Formats: sequence, structure tokens, C-alpha cells
Amino acid sequence: MKYLAFAFLLIPVISFGADLEMALVIKDHQFIPAELKVPAGKKVKLIVSNQDSTPEEFESHQLNREKVIAGNAKATIYVGPLSPGKYTFWGEFHDKTARGVIVAE
Amino acid sequence: MIGSAVIVFRETLEAALLIGIIAAATRGLVGRNFWLAIGIGAGLVGSLIVAGLTEKIGELAEGTGQEIFNATILGIAVLMLGWHNIWMTTHGREMAAQAKSVGREVKTGQREMSALAILIALAVLREGSETALFLYSLAAGGGTSQVSLLSGGLLGLAGGIGVGWALYAGLARIPLRHFFTVTSALILFLAAGLAGQMARFLVQGDVISPLASPLWDSSSLLPMTSVLGNLLHLLAGYEARPSGMQVLFYGLTFIVILLGMRWSRTPTPQAI
Repeated sequence: MKYLAFAFLLIPVISFGADLEMALVIKDHQFIPAELKVPAGKKVKLIVSNQDSTPEEFESHQLNREKVIAGNAKATIYVGPLSPGKYTFWGEFHDKTARGVIVAE
Repeated sequence: MIGSAVIVFRETLEAALLIGIIAAATRGLVGRNFWLAIGIGAGLVGSLIVAGLTEKIGELAEGTGQEIFNATILGIAVLMLGWHNIWMTTHGREMAAQAKSVGREVKTGQREMSALAILIALAVLREGSETALFLYSLAAGGGTSQVSLLSGGLLGLAGGIGVGWALYAGLARIPLRHFFTVTSALILFLAAGLAGQMARFLVQGDVISPLASPLWDSSSLLPMTSVLGNLLHLLAGYEARPSGMQVLFYGLTFIVILLGMRWSRTPTPQAI
């Protein structure tokens, strides 16, 4: 029991840096690229640069993420590690045009 | 117009439900309405300031300032809700039992209400700043006319306030005997849910690790987009795909507040 409790302490609670950086652009209320391939099982540092003058909210229920990105600004969103599959995301403020998917494989 | 109404409704709802529950739970406290108004007013002013500072806040902490900011606000809200619940277990029952003696409690009641005004201000600030940004984004985009944008926003705002009011009115009808049990239970779940959201922001900003992501997936059973899923998310912090850390924060907050309530409960006085 003691050993079990000790083993539990070894689970890293504080995380150190991301494994991988990926870029995503918002332009004319669309995500570029609309399909982003990422390796499965790795934490990804997503750098989203919003090139529109208006703010946008990156949102995804599947990724469990939600973040407002100011106009003409960059933001960092950490996702994963993901198991293989498709994860849709969208721009909450322009959800008709701003749609994308992350494919983990 | 419908688009702006839906989003404004969703943002308003989150703050309105919290205000509805707090307003019900502080029924009978002297100066309650005054403090509620102060909280809402300060929150509205704050939300415009935060909306204007979005870019600055976002740039902090290597692009994860927004997560830290949101997590901090949520952390303060959790502390205040927890403290309120523990305070209520000692003071609430006696106040309800002897409505006349409320005057004696005015001093502690004022302290309690001023703390809750801060809580309400923070809730309004968080949701209000997102709403302001969204409306600005639509207005600047030029796709929709100002009139349709404004009427949609007002419609959404009215809808959100309406649901918050309905919750308040419904809670106010609960007999006194059960009243504090129901409101403390609601606040307990609300606080645990906000703690879970706080963990989500800290994971999103890579401050803490997710432990397991996701711990489970109930999105086919009860999707977040469904009305029930959304309502449970707002009231009790339901997540279809939570990370392990979120569940840990949720559980710990729930247990700590519950224990605090148990320990601070004054023993029932024997019949005289």
C-alpha cells in the first residue's frame, strides 16, 4: 500500500514544455489549414494567429478547449496528447465559415 | 439576428443562473438587492475593460495569459462559493428560523453580501467581456446590420435574465425547511463545476498536466450540445470529455466544501 501511494507521487503534475509546435491561421473568418494533421499521443502547442481585425473564439467540445483570440494577435493553445481520431473545432464568433478539424494519427 | 441572440443568451445564462442561485440563497439578508446591483454594475464596467484589454492579457505568460486570468477568476469564485456555503450552515438556519432576529446579524450579513457582490461582479465580468468581444466582432465584420445585431443581443440578454429569474422564483417557492439544503447543494455543485473549469484552463495553458485526456467520453450518451448536457454543464460542471485533472479538481473541491459544511454545523440545540 505504501509503495502504491509512493508510485502515485511520481505522476508528473507540473508539466514541462510542449512536444511539438503547430501553426494555425485565421483569415477572412476561416481556419488555414482547415485540416491539421498531428501525431497521436503527443502534446501539441498550437500557435493560432488571427490575421483578421476582429476577435475570434477557438472552441472545441471534442478537444475540450475554448479560447478568445484578439484581432491581429497570436495565441497559444495546448492540446492533447490525443488518441488517434478526428477532432472538430470552430470559431464561435463566425461558426458558419470558421470550421476545422484536427486529425491525430 | 438569431446568431447574436443565441450567443448572447448562452453567455448571459451562465452569469444569470449564478446570480439567481445567490439571490435565492441570501434571501432575507439586509441590503441584498443593493449588493447584488453593485456586483452586477461593477461586473459590467469590468467586462468592458477586460474586453478592451483582451490582446494585452492574451500576450502575457507567452500567449497563455487568458488561461491564467480565467483560472484566477474561477479560483476566487470557488473560494467565495465554498466559504458562503460553510457560512450559511452556521448562520443560515438560525436566520431563517427567526426572521425577526435578522437585525442582529446585519453586521456579518453585510460582510457576507459584500463578498458575494465581488463573486457576482467576477461572473458578470467573465461572461460580459466575451459577449462584448463577440458583438464587437460582428459589428466590425459588417455582415449584419446594427439594428439586427442590437435586437438579437437584447433578445438573448432578456432570455438569459428570464431563465435566471425563473430559477430564482422557483427556488424562492421551496419551503424553508428544505430551502437551505437545496441552495447549498446547488452551490456545492456549482463551485465544484467552476473548479473543474479552472483545471481545464490550467491544462489548456500547460500549467498543469491533464493526467488523462479524456478520462472518459460520454459525448454520444449526453452531448455538450444538447440542452440537458449544456444545462448540467452550467449548473453542475458536466463535461462529456473531461481530463483527469478536471475530475480531480472537481472531486477535491466537492469533498473539501462538504467537509467544511459538516464540521462547521452547530449541533442542533436540544428542546428547552
